[in-house]
Amino acid sequence: MVTQTASKIIVKQLSIWFGKVQALKELSLQIHSSEILSVIGPANSGKTSFLRQLNRLNELEANFRVSGEVLLDGEDIQKLSPEILRKNVGMIFALPQVLPMSIYDNVSYGPRMHGIKNRGVLDGIVEESLEASFLWDEVKQRLKESATKLSGGQQQRLCISRTLALRPEVILFDEPCSGLDPVSTAKVEESMLKLKENYTIILVTNNTKQAARVGDRSAFFLMGELIEFDKTQKIFTAPADKRTEEYILGKFG
Amino acid sequence: MKLRLLKEFIIEKLIFLSGIASILFVILIFTFLLKEGISFFKEIGLKDFIGGKYWYPISEPERFGILPLILGSLLVTLGAIIIAVPLSIACAFYISEVVQGKAKDILKSGIEMLAAIPSVVLGFIGIVTLVPWMKKVLNLPTGLTALSGSIMLGLMAMPTIISISEDAINAVPKAYKEGALALGATRWQAMYRVVIYAALPGIIAASMLGIGRVIGETMAVMMLSGNAAVIPSTLLEPVRTLTATIAAEMGEAVHGGLHYYSLFAIGIILFVITFMINVIADIFLHRNKK
Ligand SMILES: Nc1ncnc2c1ncn2[C@@H]1O[C@H](COP(=O)(O)OP(=O)(O)O)[C@@H](O)[C@H]1O
Ligand SMILES: [Mg+2]
Repeated sequence: MVTQTASKIIVKQLSIWFGKVQALKELSLQIHSSEILSVIGPANSGKTSFLRQLNRLNELEANFRVSGEVLLDGEDIQKLSPEILRKNVGMIFALPQVLPMSIYDNVSYGPRMHGIKNRGVLDGIVEESLEASFLWDEVKQRLKESATKLSGGQQQRLCISRTLALRPEVILFDEPCSGLDPVSTAKVEESMLKLKENYTIILVTNNTKQAARVGDRSAFFLMGELIEFDKTQKIFTAPADKRTEEYILGKFG
Repeated sequence: MKLRLLKEFIIEKLIFLSGIASILFVILIFTFLLKEGISFFKEIGLKDFIGGKYWYPISEPERFGILPLILGSLLVTLGAIIIAVPLSIACAFYISEVVQGKAKDILKSGIEMLAAIPSVVLGFIGIVTLVPWMKKVLNLPTGLTALSGSIMLGLMAMPTIISISEDAINAVPKAYKEGALALGATRWQAMYRVVIYAALPGIIAASMLGIGRVIGETMAVMMLSGNAAVIPSTLLEPVRTLTATIAAEMGEAVHGGLHYYSLFAIGIILFVITFMINVIADIFLHRNKK
């Protein structure tokens, strides 16, 4: 495919501050369509701040400042309305945040908000989105039940469905498995690998093994700086930087 | 060592006593009310009392129907709810979601301070400002109407409703809002569809507590709503409430007469109403905590 190597997202000289703390320092990188980029690094290295810049959630913080540029399909994201941007760039959080409503309403919430009212269309979207996150078979009998009754792993996959229901182009995962057991984690990883065919995925993870399993390319962040960025295979077998190697071998706390 | 133990003992008993005393007072008040009121019910009957259309306690023959008073109270309270609840919710949202930093703190403590203004003062301010203004603007024979009472009661309920609703809104996990925003909700959509939804039990409880607080309120209403014991048909007529009746007539009623006891009977009815409202509000608050 031609789009395989096209740059979906281009980040240029991106710096982020919260008050006096600089969370990200002059980050530049390009993310291709239909790849999974995994971002690894110790706590407080700016991974979350990076993700939240891509859908402009950072600007909810009162003391936030930014410089540099992020281009989505060649267009500066600051020129888009945040609502349109966030519809196209979905996000899955570390702790599943199902809304206090039914399973069906959770998934159809986004499409309804963006103006889709037809029941048949919504039913189709709900089924399709739940299928894509491998949740459909587990919940199809009880779509009307409250989503808060689901298990943690199911809730996380429901959040993925909810994001997919908007048919985004990019999906951001911020440590999506940090609160899940190994079986649920495997299911979430399975759906990420499936989604890769149609979406650009950025996965922030504190689990280096997970990064190695699902990432096409990997980026190593340390204290707000991009230390190394390469094919996952290369990062995990022959890292160029000593600090990357130390982190992968578990030498950072 | 012995002295300290003694001190412990005395303090403990004092606290115990004050706790018991407050419960005892409530029980005493209620038994007193009941004792004075019961004899009245024996004479007149509950049905004629609550369902009677005429309140002529001192004419011959005297009539003790409190339906106009109940309707007066209901009308004024309903008006107060319609005025206070939407305004207070909007205000709570403004404070918790829109203003930030110092302005927020000032607003919040300012509103809590409003609750401390004595109702006579509010009633007085209402008489000199609100009442003449209503008379002029709405072109009425008198500005002392149910609506004036409603506005004043609404204002008095607002601080309670605002500050408890604001707490409920603040208690909604930030994650809910961010989750909605991340799906492309506008700030307004996130508030409307998610935050209100999650804070609703708290907001309902806040409204009931606010209203429960003012339903037994006397002074401001008595001063503003005209005190005519007739069944009202619109908000723009004078009405009389249960509370105002007790306050206005207790001084004149012959001690030990039927009129005198009828006022206690009204007290029982009021007690029951406020008690029920508080219980319902409590149920909502506790459901919220779970
Ligand atoms: N809202 C915020 N206010 C102040 N400081 C913040 C905020 N968000 C992040 N930071 C700071 O920015 C740095 C990077 O944080 P973050 O991007 O969350 O790192 P990571 O996700 O890699 O753990 C940290 O030092 C953190 O304390
Ligand atoms: Mg993080």
